[in-house]
Amino acid sequence: MQKRKERVDRGIKARSNDVFALSSWREMLYLAAPRLLPIVGLLLLSVVLSYYWQRVLLSVSVFALLAISWDILAQSGMVSLGQALFFGTGAYLAGNMNHYFGWPPYLTIPLATIFGGVLCTLFLIPVLRLRGIYFSMVTLVLPLMLVRIIEATRIFGGTEGFSGLDPLPNKWVEMYLIITVLLTALFGLRRLMNSDYGLVLKGINDNDRSVMNAGINIYWFKIQALFIASALGAFAGAFMTHVYMFVGMPVFALDYSILPIAAAVVGGIGTLAGSMLGAFILVPLSEILRGLGGLRIVFYGLFLVVFTVAIPGGIFHYIQRKYHQFERWVEVE
Amino acid sequence: MLTNAIIYGFVNSVILMLVALGFNITFGISGIANFAYGALYIMGALACWVFFNSIGLPYFFAVILAVALTAIAGALMYRFVLLRIRGLVLSEVIATFGIGLALLEFFKYIGFIGFQYSLPVFIDASINIGRVVIDLQRILIVIIGTSMAAFLWFFTHYTRTGLRFRGIAQDERTALSLGINTDRVAMLSVSFGGAYAAIAAIFILPLGTINVEQGYSVLINALAVCIVGGLGSTGGLVLASFLIGYGQTFTVTYLESHWVMLVPLIAILVILVIRPSGLFGEQKQLEERI
Repeated sequence: MQKRKERVDRGIKARSNDVFALSSWREMLYLAAPRLLPIVGLLLLSVVLSYYWQRVLLSVSVFALLAISWDILAQSGMVSLGQALFFGTGAYLAGNMNHYFGWPPYLTIPLATIFGGVLCTLFLIPVLRLRGIYFSMVTLVLPLMLVRIIEATRIFGGTEGFSGLDPLPNKWVEMYLIITVLLTALFGLRRLMNSDYGLVLKGINDNDRSVMNAGINIYWFKIQALFIASALGAFAGAFMTHVYMFVGMPVFALDYSILPIAAAVVGGIGTLAGSMLGAFILVPLSEILRGLGGLRIVFYGLFLVVFTVAIPGGIFHYIQRKYHQFERWVEVE
Repeated sequence: MLTNAIIYGFVNSVILMLVALGFNITFGISGIANFAYGALYIMGALACWVFFNSIGLPYFFAVILAVALTAIAGALMYRFVLLRIRGLVLSEVIATFGIGLALLEFFKYIGFIGFQYSLPVFIDASINIGRVVIDLQRILIVIIGTSMAAFLWFFTHYTRTGLRFRGIAQDERTALSLGINTDRVAMLSVSFGGAYAAIAAIFILPLGTINVEQGYSVLINALAVCIVGGLGSTGGLVLASFLIGYGQTFTVTYLESHWVMLVPLIAILVILVIRPSGLFGEQKQLEERI
């Protein structure tokens, strides 16, 4: 007798999804828990952790932002292999504004976010007409090239970079600034991707020809998605510049390109929350594995391979499925 | 100075062509963008170094073994990873990139860094062409590069396996219905790409040392040449490698060596504005890209 596994939605999901009048605390909790978990979790973590792990939480949040920005691009049909471009541009903009004009962080960070977004979008507009791997190729090249330009022309501090930049007022401002931005980006962009606007972006990923047939200018939409993603990345860069009080060539390092992709792949592409979850798994893991040195990147590479092949949906999709559905074995007729 | 630039530019162009050939075979036949290409390139060179220096085989056997090993690595990569995600472009890119990254960083981790890691030149001598001195290794590269390209052309036009290659390149489903095992042919194409990478590395790297970082720049050069030439078109590849190769050499001669890195990127941007499908790209490819 053969059996197969059947997946059925839980009753509580059906009740709380379609019926708008929630009838019990249990149903409300069922809906609210997944949304409250990251908020409460982050706020709790920011208080209970030791100083060292608070610093780790900062970089986790930064990588989570980069992973979310990668996910937005991937959902709009642009696979970027160079998140470091966004990160580095934001970091250098903030660093320059602070170093040359002496502007304080509360001015440089927003400015670097906006102009970093505009600048990266301008960089990538010529290649927006490319699809799939062609776009990936160009994004892979750009950050590596910018490093060479800075090295060659010795602009922006050359190989030394700028150090001694203004820090943020204190560690709590740092912590809650990044947490606020991360949560806003997560929930705001999830909402955006579920709206009609997000539908167009997802449509470009699925079949850009038919989106064009609907009379929509896909390049204009791609430019907007690119701006959102690169502004997020630029914010992360500008923030880190003021946290480390340093900006230099390492901001274009491969780490900032690879880790976000690895996080998105491990967590699950297409949900944003998955990317964030991935960052919260991978970055602390790499912190624990710090003793391994260069071997860490080897592990990221292997993570990428194993997860794309074995668990293509990522962890988040798995958890989501378990949360909404139950499984049982039924006989094959 | 000009004749110097012309001759060395020629050599540089052939080097680029040799580097891009392997990437182009794999992509042209099976549609897989092998982002682990740079890693296979370095792996070929390091394998050759290990066989020659650590195990002490004769150089000739070391070369053959290294090429075979890289080809097998490519085949294994297809069999155990790419086969499962075939056709999902995003997954293919991420998985091959992950493999390449893991390999390169692993080589770096186990300490293949330094001047002692260099392959011997085949013939240590130089000749004069006019007033330009050029060493025989570079001439050998030109010979090998052209013969590899010619071999590829004959192979894909006059052998059964080669015709199968072109078959699945044109239409994989039709090829399948005609009794061609498309998975095996695609596996062969990846392993061919690996073998070409190893051959390119073994002939080119004696000019310098084996530097793991080169894995990334090799990949970038191969990508640039392929985009400019129109992916999958061998004629375009040759023309593009000459354009970029001469561009790089003239940049080094008349400007500054730091700007070399910019040449491939500018070439990509210009070609995208003028002819988005690449120099020899056809209408079909145009549709795929835009």
